[in-house]
Amino acid sequence: MTRYIVRRLLSLPLLLLGIVSLAFLISHATQGDPLASIVSERQMDNPEVVAAAKARWGLDKSLPEQYFIYIRNLLSGDLGTSFRTKQPVAQDLLERLPATLELVIAAMLLGSTTGIVLGVLAARFRDRVIDHAARLWALIGSSTPVFWSGLIFLYIFSVVLGWLPGPGRLDARATPPEGLTGFLTIDALLIGDMGLFWDALHHLMLPALVLGWTVMGIVSRLVRASMLDVLSQDYITAARARGAGEVRVLLNHALRNALVPTLTIIGFTFAYLITGAVLTEAIFSWTGIGSYAVDAARSLDYPAIMGVTIVGGAAFLLTNLATDIAYAFADPRIRLS
Amino acid sequence: MAENLALPGVRRREWPKWLKLPVLIGFGIIGFWVLVCLSVDFWPIDNPIDMVARRLQPPSFDHWFGTDALGRDVLSRTLHGARFSLMMSCAVIIFAVLIGSTIGAIAGYVGGFVDGALMRLVDVTLSFPPILLAMAVTAALGPGLENAAVAMIIVWWPIYARLMRGQVLSVKSREHVEAAVAAGASHSRTLLKHILPLSWSPILINATMDFGQVVLLTASLSFIGLGASPPTPEWGSMISEGAIHFYQWWICAGPGIAILSVVLGFNFLGDGLRDLLDPRSK
Repeated sequence: MTRYIVRRLLSLPLLLLGIVSLAFLISHATQGDPLASIVSERQMDNPEVVAAAKARWGLDKSLPEQYFIYIRNLLSGDLGTSFRTKQPVAQDLLERLPATLELVIAAMLLGSTTGIVLGVLAARFRDRVIDHAARLWALIGSSTPVFWSGLIFLYIFSVVLGWLPGPGRLDARATPPEGLTGFLTIDALLIGDMGLFWDALHHLMLPALVLGWTVMGIVSRLVRASMLDVLSQDYITAARARGAGEVRVLLNHALRNALVPTLTIIGFTFAYLITGAVLTEAIFSWTGIGSYAVDAARSLDYPAIMGVTIVGGAAFLLTNLATDIAYAFADPRIRLS
Repeated sequence: MAENLALPGVRRREWPKWLKLPVLIGFGIIGFWVLVCLSVDFWPIDNPIDMVARRLQPPSFDHWFGTDALGRDVLSRTLHGARFSLMMSCAVIIFAVLIGSTIGAIAGYVGGFVDGALMRLVDVTLSFPPILLAMAVTAALGPGLENAAVAMIIVWWPIYARLMRGQVLSVKSREHVEAAVAAGASHSRTLLKHILPLSWSPILINATMDFGQVVLLTASLSFIGLGASPPTPEWGSMISEGAIHFYQWWICAGPGIAILSVVLGFNFLGDGLRDLLDPRSK
């Protein structure tokens, strides 16, 4: 166990270097000229402007040189400067991180609670109508493109029913509190503004619902499989024989053990969450890292794309590692080699 | 009782266990879309690029799915969109499987340093969240459907490389392979004739399941603006155009339902295929 963890941790720096190198390679193996996105078309004929831009963004150096400069800067936390916002990419990302975290955490909470309930019901009523309905609902959830369900939900809940507000994180007239955590719901509570809190919460609901639906699909499938596994074991029959009520058997006896393997859902759903977050943020004008990535890709802002890709890759790597280790701790039957 | 006492030699036709309702639905959906791909030119529908009616018309008898912002028929565009989505996904999956399983088979069979180096490359590529890697590659190569396809092949090949390597490793140590080697079979013959035929079924299951995911990612990239460019009737870019005309919901409805049905269809099919090919799953 310890040996496994040490080995995984030792491979981490190497993988991180691999991520950085691959991201660098991709963004510099371009056919498109990065200059085209910095210098305006009319200025492209002006050699002075082009040379100045090249020197300004370090594009006049050789590729290996650029690579080593990038690595050196990276070690001091510098991800380069965005062509588009003209701000350091690291600063851009930090500013936008709370918005993404707020959305992702809300979606995780929503998705995993509904997913667990659906999964338990499906397992309890295996092969009955409830089971089929729950599985179909979950499957539709994970098969629907979020950029489409986002639009549909917006149309239904915001336009037709008028229950929830449109895109954005706050009402256009509201001013977000500054210098606090950046989680608008928490900030509003911190300054004690209940009106602002409801506004932020209402804006959060739809995107969290859309993103949570995909999470629900994955979670309910995992919980169902794991519950079926547990429900067929002797101690459940024993509990029933002792006269324990059905709810008690399901929740106290079965679900507790069934949840052990699903504790690692965070790891399994991380890739889906990132994909979902990128598209959901684009739909809901949610000023997080996802919409930043989309804007960067659309305007061919290479430093920003590279920054997002590297940070996303590192986060993905760490979550996977944490998941594997948590899995090993949670279920001692798993042998690591 | 009488049914069980079948006469010798007279076998009762049994409904195959893996052929359940969802699998049939999956076959139906995918069959429909394949048919559309092959024959859409002969359907009595409008041209998907031409302006055929007044713009932003809601669904009517003449235009079942309505018309979009340029007065084009949404139904016709949705049906023509199948070609881009399915053919693109087909190409992506085929190339990813070919490249991935070749590399995986070599890594598993040769072992040692080659294995280590190739698998580290797989590890690094798999460390990126798929959409971010695809976005980075497409942005770097320049937006467009072909480049989006290249990006998705880069995203998917390592999955098949890892799968194939695992399969080859487990088959390699079996007795019939040792026998073949002892009988003097060459490396390529051992790999191609004795190992690969026993290794392909998980690849096939995964490829079927991934097909839907590729359709989703293609549409996502187009939606972001990195895939198909107008006026191509591609589902993702149609939804992206429809998003601007938010109150005219029907512009997005057609392509959205199309994507959903294809992804669902492949999920159903993949499940059935797993029941058929993987004896361990119940």
